[in-house]
Amino acid sequence: MKATINISLKAGVLDSQGKAVHHALDSLHFSNVNDVRVGKQIILQLDTTDRTKAMDDVTKMCEDLLANTVIEDYSIELV
Amino acid sequence: MKVAILQFPGTNCEYDTQHAFEKLGAKTEIIWHKEESIPSDTDLLVVAGGFSYGDYLRSGAIAKFSPVMKAVASYASKGGKVLGICNGFQVLTEAGLLPGALKRNDGLHFISQYHNLKVINNDNIFLEKLNNGDVVNIPIAHHDGNYFIDSDGLDELSKNNQILLQYTDANGEVKNPNGSVESIAGVCNKTKNVFGLMPHPERAMELLLGSDDGVKMLQGFMEA
Repeated sequence: MKATINISLKAGVLDSQGKAVHHALDSLHFSNVNDVRVGKQIILQLDTTDRTKAMDDVTKMCEDLLANTVIEDYSIELV
Repeated sequence: MKVAILQFPGTNCEYDTQHAFEKLGAKTEIIWHKEESIPSDTDLLVVAGGFSYGDYLRSGAIAKFSPVMKAVASYASKGGKVLGICNGFQVLTEAGLLPGALKRNDGLHFISQYHNLKVINNDNIFLEKLNNGDVVNIPIAHHDGNYFIDSDGLDELSKNNQILLQYTDANGEVKNPNGSVESIAGVCNKTKNVFGLMPHPERAMELLLGSDDGVKMLQGFMEA
């Protein structure tokens, strides 16, 4: 089973990289962008087919290491 | 006075820190991160600056799981004094020993320069040699020094006098190099035995090299 984790700064935490990318898009005349958030994606190959267990494990991984929940939110997708 | 200095793969300020504390008369020992204990005669534990684990994932995120960190947490919980400088500050926030987190600098650049800092609270062992409102000139060198804490956390810090230092100009007026909340450069924990700051006092020990304001800061620990 594959777990895809998306991590980004929480709403309300200023995303300087997102802002810089937004400016760059503006200067390329892509004027229809309202907001940009830059995050990271972590892809895990898991050796289980049990979705509930996988979700529990990956959630714990995110809480303990993969995300810093003081400033970041994460979402998990299992395929 | 014995100072134990932690060394992770990628730490690069351990010898400067050692030099600084030896100059002040302390005995020092460098502790490799694989150690599971710290020397029993340790009076101060310093988490030195650098780029532990290449700053992979987030600065300090992987170092917090090094074997030695359990000993650090237990030392701190018994009231032992811990100082995190730069990457050491990042490690201590990641480990939950200090509140908040360090984000990428607002300007996205690595900043390496002298910066003025104002003492906000000196009612702690770290800054007791300085007065509130004093301005010191100490180098900063970081990419992820943008201190963040939510507004409840910030209220808590102010209420408990946990804000140690603020980035200012030479007159003590706020001048924020990296976007830190309230221009915060350093904080301590509630019980005032764990300290963290992004600037490098260990690099400001000789007037000949630009500033010796670091002496006044580190000396606070020497009379413990």
